[in-house]
Amino acid sequence: MNVNLRDPNKVMKLSRLGSFHQSRLSFLRSFLSEFKDWEYKRDLFDLDKHGYGTAVYSFTKKDRVYSLVCFANQISDTERSDRVIATKWDAAFTLHDGIPLKKDIERLRNEVPKQEVGRLSYKELTLSRANKSVRIFDHVVENLSKGFQPDLDLLEKVGYLYRTTAVYGSGKFGLADRFRIKNREEINGPFRLEMMLVYLVRQFTFDQVNHVAKKRNPKTAVNLDPKICKNLGIGNSTGLGMAPFIVNHPTLLNNWIYSRETALKKIRELEIVEIKDSNLFKDCVRNSVKNITSWNTDSEFQIKKIKFLLHDVRKFLDFVENEFDFKKSYPFNTLYLWLEKETCEECVEYIVSIMMEPFGEIVQPLIKEMSSDEEKYFNIPTDRSVGDLVAILKKKYSNILSIDFDKKENHKKFWFISKNKEEPRLADRFEEQGSDLEQPLAIARDIKKLYERALSSKESEKIDKFLIDNSDLRHVVRRAFIIEKFPYSEIQDNTISENLVPIDMLRLKLSFFGALKFDPRSDKWLRICMFQGAPLPKELKNFDEQWVYNS
Amino acid sequence: MKSLSEIETITKRASKAVGFSWGVSEEIAKGIRLLELFGLPGINNLNQYFKLINKKNFENLSIIKKKNKSNKFSLCPINLGIRILDQIKTIEKLKKITLHKVAYPILLIPFLSRSSDIVGKKILFKFEKNTFLLNFNVNILSNLSLKKFPLLAKKIEIIFLENKDNFTEKEWKSLYKLSEKTFVEETESLKQGAAGAGLTDND
Repeated sequence: MNVNLRDPNKVMKLSRLGSFHQSRLSFLRSFLSEFKDWEYKRDLFDLDKHGYGTAVYSFTKKDRVYSLVCFANQISDTERSDRVIATKWDAAFTLHDGIPLKKDIERLRNEVPKQEVGRLSYKELTLSRANKSVRIFDHVVENLSKGFQPDLDLLEKVGYLYRTTAVYGSGKFGLADRFRIKNREEINGPFRLEMMLVYLVRQFTFDQVNHVAKKRNPKTAVNLDPKICKNLGIGNSTGLGMAPFIVNHPTLLNNWIYSRETALKKIRELEIVEIKDSNLFKDCVRNSVKNITSWNTDSEFQIKKIKFLLHDVRKFLDFVENEFDFKKSYPFNTLYLWLEKETCEECVEYIVSIMMEPFGEIVQPLIKEMSSDEEKYFNIPTDRSVGDLVAILKKKYSNILSIDFDKKENHKKFWFISKNKEEPRLADRFEEQGSDLEQPLAIARDIKKLYERALSSKESEKIDKFLIDNSDLRHVVRRAFIIEKFPYSEIQDNTISENLVPIDMLRLKLSFFGALKFDPRSDKWLRICMFQGAPLPKELKNFDEQWVYNS
Repeated sequence: MKSLSEIETITKRASKAVGFSWGVSEEIAKGIRLLELFGLPGINNLNQYFKLINKKNFENLSIIKKKNKSNKFSLCPINLGIRILDQIKTIEKLKKITLHKVAYPILLIPFLSRSSDIVGKKILFKFEKNTFLLNFNVNILSNLSLKKFPLLAKKIEIIFLENKDNFTEKEWKSLYKLSEKTFVEETESLKQGAAGAGLTDND
């Protein structure tokens, strides 16, 4: 049986993308698989009794070494902020390429805590900072120093000791450009070094909390139970800075979604599914319920989504356990069709993610296809005709072409770069100033404009001539020829609509990172947790692949 | 040191700020990144050009012909670069084109470098006594060692080099003869068992 890839007009809608969940394809999970046989070491741990100082952690294999350099600093409660306007953090980190020399550490000590206003070098690969969840950190120190383990209910509510507020890579602030390292086999997957940084930061938070407790009361202090550590991750606050990324990297976006869609297609095409595989799938769905019931948020938007998700996952479990027969041909295709008919978008995508769990042999080769050599597709094929362009636009943007951009509600918002922080922001075109400096992120509107101009040009005219008078639309001409080859390269929705929910764009990206427990704090930023339940570095050599559901 | 990613981002924004469209700004940014990657003073020249762009007049061309002249002012290297890049498959057929009075000729180089890759031919870029050989967007060779690039090219020649060897047949044969010394003479029995042995050649 041949199952078609899902229609981009369905998958690439923002509400659907905003319903994506982590899966075996997610970058933090593929990072763990790739680095499981690397040697982990804590090379330096020079903290004072309050936990301030320097630490270095590394992953090594043969001649290759990646070192996380951590600087923990004292800041006052009034200075602590998760917002991008902050200038001080409890800790700052960089991933150094190789073993840092003393002079490297001294150089980094001056630069890394400054974050965006510091300067890194080509020897550094990623940069980040994090703030303590003070309430949780103090509670854990207090208890450990007295010889007790912390209150698990309290820990479960938050899920982490620290949360990062940004993770930078790929040439930002002087960091190494991607081209310097792109041929390294171990990082042949997007954001792998960003994942490494976050993973090692997680270990630093455990070591720091144990250290401070021990210093406070050397006689009675105990270490945080490794089982508790395992159930703590790293929090992250994410705002609009992340949203334009998926618009600005169309071939990369395609490769992420295409891998996911290909995995689903192949799983639906399996005629016979072995019992061990169907059991693993059912176990994961069953065990995952606690990930939903322990998903805390104050966001009414998310509470509603979680409520529907929980209801529909239970309905699905009931169906699978009491009515469904995995011995029938093409069981996952039947299940998928049932899901589309009977459950909400969030549940469909949740179960699609879990469908990948038993099928490492399908998923693993796809992980290697998730990067993109974007330069290869940058040139516009200017020898093609306007007729070709119109045909592409009609075929690939059919829903977008039906949007009426003369209506105020369809172009109410605009994206701009904030002068203060050089970060993307969203504003109301009719109430705020600055729309004349709008960023090229209104792809739907510009595609529609391109379509109208192309219709009024001769079909036989070549693109090189068309561009002479339509230079203002060059950016979308490029995109149209990209989507011709990459069907999932474009969000099939209006990113300047009055109804835009920007966190849908964030969730899409964060789900591919492997984030759990999305906690929207507004429609423009959210908190998440990464690596919660993940094996600790010392357990990496032999860990449970389904840790997300089994921890 | 600034990363290439920073160079590209800032160039794109600056190009938009001086009035180019986003799509053209993306092209300029890729070009400056390329120049800096090859160690050529892209940022320096772009800065100088952007300082003048709204003070002085520059001319644009729409269609690139065999001979191209501006009417009054010098030609904008960016508009020219974009036009050449877009029309490269037509221009290539002309084998050689000339351009008169081009401002900041270095800014034309990345467009020609990318064009060389698109048409699969090396491109020779000459103005006054300066020569650049653009090799399929992989590298750029030049006889120009001045740190300060000329701000104006009076007459530019762009020549598409046919794909042919850089060496003589005699030189090739000499090297081939040496390479033969790594071969081993095959015995009759080995020849009998080689691929295709035993088949009728006319079947």
